[in-house]
Amino acid sequence: MRPRLARPSSGGAFEKGGTLEACSQSPLKQEPCRTGPTGKEPVHEPGSPAICARGLTLHYDKRTALEDVSFDVPAGAHVAVVGPNGAGKSTLLKAVAGLLPWTQGTLRVYGHEPRDHLCIAYVPQRAAVDWRFPVTVLDVVLMGRVHRRGPLRRMTRRDRALAEAAVQWVGLGPQAGRQIAELSGGEQQKMFLARALSQEAELVLLDEPLAGIDASSEVEILDLLDRLSGTTLLVALHDLGIAAKHFSLALLVRGRLLGFGAPEDVFTPENLQSAYGECLKMVRTADGTLVVQDTPCSRGAR
Amino acid sequence: MLEGSEVTTVEWLIAPLRYPFMVRALVASTLVGGLSAVVGTFVVLRSMTFLGDAIAHSVLPGIAAGVLVSGRGDRRTLFWWALGTAVLVTLGIGWVHERGRVREDAAIGIVFAGMFALGIALLSTVRGFSVDLVHILFGNVLAVSSSDLVLIAGFGGGVLLILGAFYREFVLVSFDPILGATLRLPVRLYRYALLVLTAVTVVVSLQVVGLALMLAMLVAPPSTALLLTRRVPATMAIAALCGVVSGLVGLYLSFYFSVASGAAIVLVAIGLFLLALLVTRRRVVFARLRTR
Repeated sequence: MRPRLARPSSGGAFEKGGTLEACSQSPLKQEPCRTGPTGKEPVHEPGSPAICARGLTLHYDKRTALEDVSFDVPAGAHVAVVGPNGAGKSTLLKAVAGLLPWTQGTLRVYGHEPRDHLCIAYVPQRAAVDWRFPVTVLDVVLMGRVHRRGPLRRMTRRDRALAEAAVQWVGLGPQAGRQIAELSGGEQQKMFLARALSQEAELVLLDEPLAGIDASSEVEILDLLDRLSGTTLLVALHDLGIAAKHFSLALLVRGRLLGFGAPEDVFTPENLQSAYGECLKMVRTADGTLVVQDTPCSRGAR
Repeated sequence: MLEGSEVTTVEWLIAPLRYPFMVRALVASTLVGGLSAVVGTFVVLRSMTFLGDAIAHSVLPGIAAGVLVSGRGDRRTLFWWALGTAVLVTLGIGWVHERGRVREDAAIGIVFAGMFALGIALLSTVRGFSVDLVHILFGNVLAVSSSDLVLIAGFGGGVLLILGAFYREFVLVSFDPILGATLRLPVRLYRYALLVLTAVTVVVSLQVVGLALMLAMLVAPPSTALLLTRRVPATMAIAALCGVVSGLVGLYLSFYFSVASGAAIVLVAIGLFLLALLVTRRRVVFARLRTR
């Protein structure tokens, strides 16, 4: 039985009217994550949500990608971000990672501006990477430690130990010395997960981690994500069934926030119709599992 | 017999060293071969080959301006003009690309062709400059002076020092600039720094291979190394070795066969690439046969 993250009792704050309280702002300017005496202590303001968005409006390529989005993600929650292609999933992840500025509203990560954070790991889509680059799995995982050292300083034993432990944890120990092009799609995704762990990230953002990988790798990656208790996850997905089965919260978007909360509360026929039109519906099987029925018109709609 | 042939080989190697200009040329070729291979590793890894060529060609108007401003201009003056132009053009290409209104390859093509045309137009107004133009285009390593060597060693050493100091950061932003941004590294600064280091390398290498052939020295040795290894440090080391060997062997071939030195150096670099391609191809074929 896989350890599952308990659904946070205070989680899922989402109100269409935007009546949530304003995001709290920590007085700390630069957030050095986990830099206490043992290097393990989170120094975030107690009680601040992992992500706080209020009236967030984002533009990408001169068009409005997301408009007036408000939600709170509690620390440690595993959130699936779902919606059709072009719905603004990747844009939202990039904004939370501090890679994209937003036009209006407020966005805070653990009470701070996202771009002030060192403890956010962003895993891009696999297509965004040059897989012929002459680096090994361990080289890539060690890159997650570069900002801890700075120029002219060698990687410490702790850096190497953390990177090696992360590689082992995702099950890539035997492949640590292999060139990244030799990995399968699933192994490449696991490598990025290991890099996020070596960053000691408290918030991990994964953009379509299951795209283009085989079924067995998909199960392994979902298992790894399930085991990341204590780490806040925001994962862009296409598969609503996986979102319903493996994530404590779901965030449904299509240019605006259509629903945020427990998957069964979010994936209502009305919300799904707003997101996908008439082309997609959820069916609950006898054992209570939600199954997505994807009708042919959805491909056109996406 | 054996002793005789050894003496002949040693004599063959020593004979060019009797000429001071050849010693200077060999030192310059070695320095430039190694330097351009190391910097070229980043050019190849970041798929900036076209940009490397553009930088090489865009120094021409700078040289032309140097000639027009300082009369015929001594090489030192032309060097500074070329360096200034290369850095400016490089930053300009980076800026145009960042604006995102023009595709990067189109922006590079426009700047490359435009600057080269401007250089030729300016130089065409200087009477009797055709011979010097040939040297600029194809290099004239045999005319390298001691002060040229100091410039090459000084700037080359500086470039290598900066690359060494920020090696991890340069590799990281070359591989995954998005990771660099999430680690809050100054990705833009590193990107521009790599461009400027490439520009400086191109300018200090001009005397040896000329701007028309510069691209080969940036691209061929790292491409050879990438066929033989799968790690960035090893790629740089093998590329540097290929660059140095190309410089030395090319210059000896130039001396004994009266071939243009820049062309000989580049041909050796390309020959090493073809050799590596052949070796790795055979390795792949044998591996396939073994698995059958």
